[in-house]
Amino acid sequence: MAKYLLLKHYRGAPAAVNDVPMAEWTPAEISAHVQYMRDFAARLEDTGEFVDAQALAPEGTFVRYDGEGRPPVTDGPFAETKDLIAGWMVIDVDSHERAVELAGELSAAPGAGGKPIHEWLELRPFLSEPPTIEE
Amino acid sequence: MDETLLRSLTPSVLGILVRRGIDFAAAEDAVQDALVEAVRVWPDDPPRDPKGWLTTVAWRRFLDAARADAARRRREDLVDEEPAPGPASTVDDTLQLYFLCANPSLTPSSAVALTLRAVGGLTTRQIAHAYLVPEATMAQRISRAKRTVSGLRFDRPGDVATVLRVLYLVFNEGYSGDVDLAAEAIRLTRQLAAAIDHPEVAGLLALMLLHHARRAARTAPDGSLVPLAEQDRSRWDTRSIAEGVEILQAALARDRLGEFQAQAAIAALHADAPTAAETDWVQIVEWYDELARLTGNPVVRLNRAVAVGEADGPRAGLTALATVDDTLPRYTAVAAYLHERDGNLAKAARLYTEAAQQAPNLAERDHLTRQAARLNALGRR
Repeated sequence: MAKYLLLKHYRGAPAAVNDVPMAEWTPAEISAHVQYMRDFAARLEDTGEFVDAQALAPEGTFVRYDGEGRPPVTDGPFAETKDLIAGWMVIDVDSHERAVELAGELSAAPGAGGKPIHEWLELRPFLSEPPTIEE
Repeated sequence: MDETLLRSLTPSVLGILVRRGIDFAAAEDAVQDALVEAVRVWPDDPPRDPKGWLTTVAWRRFLDAARADAARRRREDLVDEEPAPGPASTVDDTLQLYFLCANPSLTPSSAVALTLRAVGGLTTRQIAHAYLVPEATMAQRISRAKRTVSGLRFDRPGDVATVLRVLYLVFNEGYSGDVDLAAEAIRLTRQLAAAIDHPEVAGLLALMLLHHARRAARTAPDGSLVPLAEQDRSRWDTRSIAEGVEILQAALARDRLGEFQAQAAIAALHADAPTAAETDWVQIVEWYDELARLTGNPVVRLNRAVAVGEADGPRAGLTALATVDDTLPRYTAVAAYLHERDGNLAKAARLYTEAAQQAPNLAERDHLTRQAARLNALGRR
């Protein structure tokens, strides 16, 4: 088994095919989208492939050490367009192919007009423990 | 309350029920009920024959469950006609559990989880913890596996190779949390080797013992990898090495070579060398040739190139490497090592950096990054 992180982006990823801001969806469309992701996670729990899923707030704070006894500096830099991560899901699957398959499925969550968003997801393997026997 | 005893008895009681023809999932439920009862009753009233006690209670629990279920009326009639259970036999009923749990219809991860649960007697929480997944996820993995094997009959011996593959996977998971999966894999493989006479089972057990023997020396106190050549050999577990070598020699004498025996032979040659410089690389190359013949695994040819580099010099190693697929994991790391030995430090540093970026785990990445940093520092001098 290998663990993968599926990253959703608020911004920074290439534009989705069905690229309508969520605020312009109907409430029913938003509910359908959220329900799709809940069902997806529940199904993965059933197959024994679910590890974790969390949503992140769009605004974060950059913190930097600024010398002994001084308060950390927190005013910038600010993420504006790149790498703003909306949330993640961690899966534990038998193969890379399966991870890609699941990422594709998650990317098909319904958006505006009830059509799949075709949102880009970033798929990153976890660095694992080294095997004891190296073939 | 002896938890180790309970854990060691669980699989054989489960095996007895399965052999009597009870569906695997129902048998598991009945055994779990019996274990709960044992925890309640034994402290005040320890049984003289714990295994017999557990079997009887589990059997009764199964009958109760079957009776309570009206839809299973027909099956109830069936079990009532069967003779009452006699004393628990000394036949190893655990063996068929191995084959049940390693059934080819299961994915490798399900087979591993089910084996640890049914044969190893570990709790779902322990297995989940060892694999760093939520308990609910592991519970589902196991219950899906149980559903998959439900209804399968186990009167025929299964495929030993599949069972060995599962145990190998368990061993390679290493350890995290409160269960040492490597030690658990050795315990289970030992049990399997005692139950069936098969050179490859012995080969796998020898391989595990030989690798396990080096565990203390494989990592520095800060968790970083220590390569074989730099390991403190006085920290190798000589008893484990001696046992592995003895098991391997007996297996090789049977003249039915398989990949685990060949891998164990390579591990034994490393374990046998008093210093890294005294390693018998020529023989190791020969074993890699056997291994390549047995498996056709391209990774074997990659490792062989390393051995050739040690036996005949880095140039010969690079020539051997040139015939290997360069997209294999660790190919770049091997190339870096051989170029360094060949004196081409700048190229080696570049390759180490590249290899670090491709490393599949943190310990290897850090190790390769340090190699690159070491060569870069030399270059700056």
